[in-house]
Amino acid sequence: MSDISQHSTSRGAVKSGGMPSLRALLTLLAVLLLAAVPFIAPSMQLLINLALAKGIAVLGVTVLLRAGQVSFGHALFFGISAYAGAFLMASLPAADLILVLIAGVIGATLSGLLVGLFVVRYRGIFFGMLNLAFSMIFWSILEKFYHVTGGADGIRLPRPTVLGMALERAGFEAVIFYLSIALMVVLGWFTLRWFASPVGQVFQTIKTNETRLEYLGLSPKRVLLSGYLLSAILCGVGGSLMAMTQGVVTPEYVWWVRSAEMVFIAVLGGAGSVRGAFIGALIYEIVRVYASAYAGDIWQMLLGAFLLVIILFAPGGIMGIADGLMHRGGKSLTSTRENAE
Amino acid sequence: MNAMNMPNAAKPPLLETRELMIKFGGVTAANNVSMQIEAGRNLAIIGPNGAGKTTFLNICTGWLKPRSGKVFLEGEDITPLPPRKIVRRGVARAFQIPQLFTEHTALENLLISASAREGLRNPLQNLHNIRQRDEMMHLLDLVHCTDVADRVVVELSEGQRKLIDIAVALALKPRLLLMDEPTSGVASSQKHEVMEILVGALAEAGVTSVFVEHDMGIVARHADEVAVWNAGNVQLRGTPEEILEHPDVIRDVIGEEVA
Repeated sequence: MSDISQHSTSRGAVKSGGMPSLRALLTLLAVLLLAAVPFIAPSMQLLINLALAKGIAVLGVTVLLRAGQVSFGHALFFGISAYAGAFLMASLPAADLILVLIAGVIGATLSGLLVGLFVVRYRGIFFGMLNLAFSMIFWSILEKFYHVTGGADGIRLPRPTVLGMALERAGFEAVIFYLSIALMVVLGWFTLRWFASPVGQVFQTIKTNETRLEYLGLSPKRVLLSGYLLSAILCGVGGSLMAMTQGVVTPEYVWWVRSAEMVFIAVLGGAGSVRGAFIGALIYEIVRVYASAYAGDIWQMLLGAFLLVIILFAPGGIMGIADGLMHRGGKSLTSTRENAE
Repeated sequence: MNAMNMPNAAKPPLLETRELMIKFGGVTAANNVSMQIEAGRNLAIIGPNGAGKTTFLNICTGWLKPRSGKVFLEGEDITPLPPRKIVRRGVARAFQIPQLFTEHTALENLLISASAREGLRNPLQNLHNIRQRDEMMHLLDLVHCTDVADRVVVELSEGQRKLIDIAVALALKPRLLLMDEPTSGVASSQKHEVMEILVGALAEAGVTSVFVEHDMGIVARHADEVAVWNAGNVQLRGTPEEILEHPDVIRDVIGEEVA
């Protein structure tokens, strides 16, 4: 399997090259712009919210890409988290939003641990396909045990209370929207820090040399499991937010297309890039919605062609292009300053 | 024989192997190998290709499991342990082909090694800000690689990678370092210089070493003791002067090049 994570910059997280202050400034502006969406483009709020939920889940896939591993089944944790929240609401109708989120994260963590203990023994195509197998097993369970899971129709997830308050639809949507932005910022920041930390750096060495890892006194399986758990938790948070935004969970949450979509978005944004996960998710959702509205059945073809162009001409993804522009801009700024001096 | 029952030995040897046997198909790579390695020495292992020298290192570090026989580290049976558990007991390894994290810089390779040694787990601490950074810079200085500290490993020469590989092993603060051909891939004009650096670094760190070597000039100058491997077993053992002038060694190992 060609290593689509080869363009990820494991070192970039440790010593961010280029123009970190400009990057931080642009990130801040982007977050502020997102926060202003309900006021400047209210019709886009739901769409952006779904993109943010997906972006957090894609961040989970991104974590694994940093170790050179591609999972084609991470929608499993997305779905388990969503169903955990739905089951909680079914048995405890007065449950709070925070409880739903916690239930989802616990579900994703436990399932991540169980599946992870098995799949971390494998690498490359076997790792990817085993993840897919687990997600499809869970999909079958959701489909077949319809008396518990609601089958293909899924389960409704009624609006939970927010800190004890029962909100109307608009209020609840605003809370979920800003919660999604807050989680994007916190989890994105945490993941960046984790990548740069000793434990995150050790995790990324899975990609280059497991023999040395073993000869440093570490278990490659255990090291991979730590990142796998983080990735499962991130997917779980994304799934929980998606479920509360949509108000219904269906087996489609764990369907293999959802997993492939996460990998697609991760590559589109920039394999291994934290910001890329969110930018990729935003662009993907916007293109998907508008292309399906205006280009009918050929929108998948458009997305496929777009991905092909990215892989062939900009393997660093959208963030790779953005970084290239920033570097070029930085250089020309420097040379301008040098000329002026 | 239990290490406790050894005559004249209040303390068991640093590393001891007893009757190691291993076969690969029809080839016996370790044929009843029993030897002791005392602390504070630089032991060179020489012998023709295929004599089982690397296999011996692989068994001692747990990478290969012998069909029979045992390996003891200061009297503790480490035969069934995986490499990582043996490493944690103070045995480090440097390889013939350097085993480094190629997407990281030379310094980051050492920092990761120090993090592994210390069990650093704080997810919010930057690798470059760990307390052991100065110590790792000193280690890079010991192997004369401070000038390449911030260069990614793939950009380094083979000789530099060899030194970094050994520095990564030293960063674990081992008691015993096993090295496989530490000067292979290094330009012949630099081999002695590299070895001088290594032996100096080992002496400063107080590390016992065992190294497989084909260059008899290196062995003569830098080893305290030499073990000659042949057909999967130790044929001879002695000081470099005794061994390198032994007729069997001249005939079987050195050959006509020196004779």
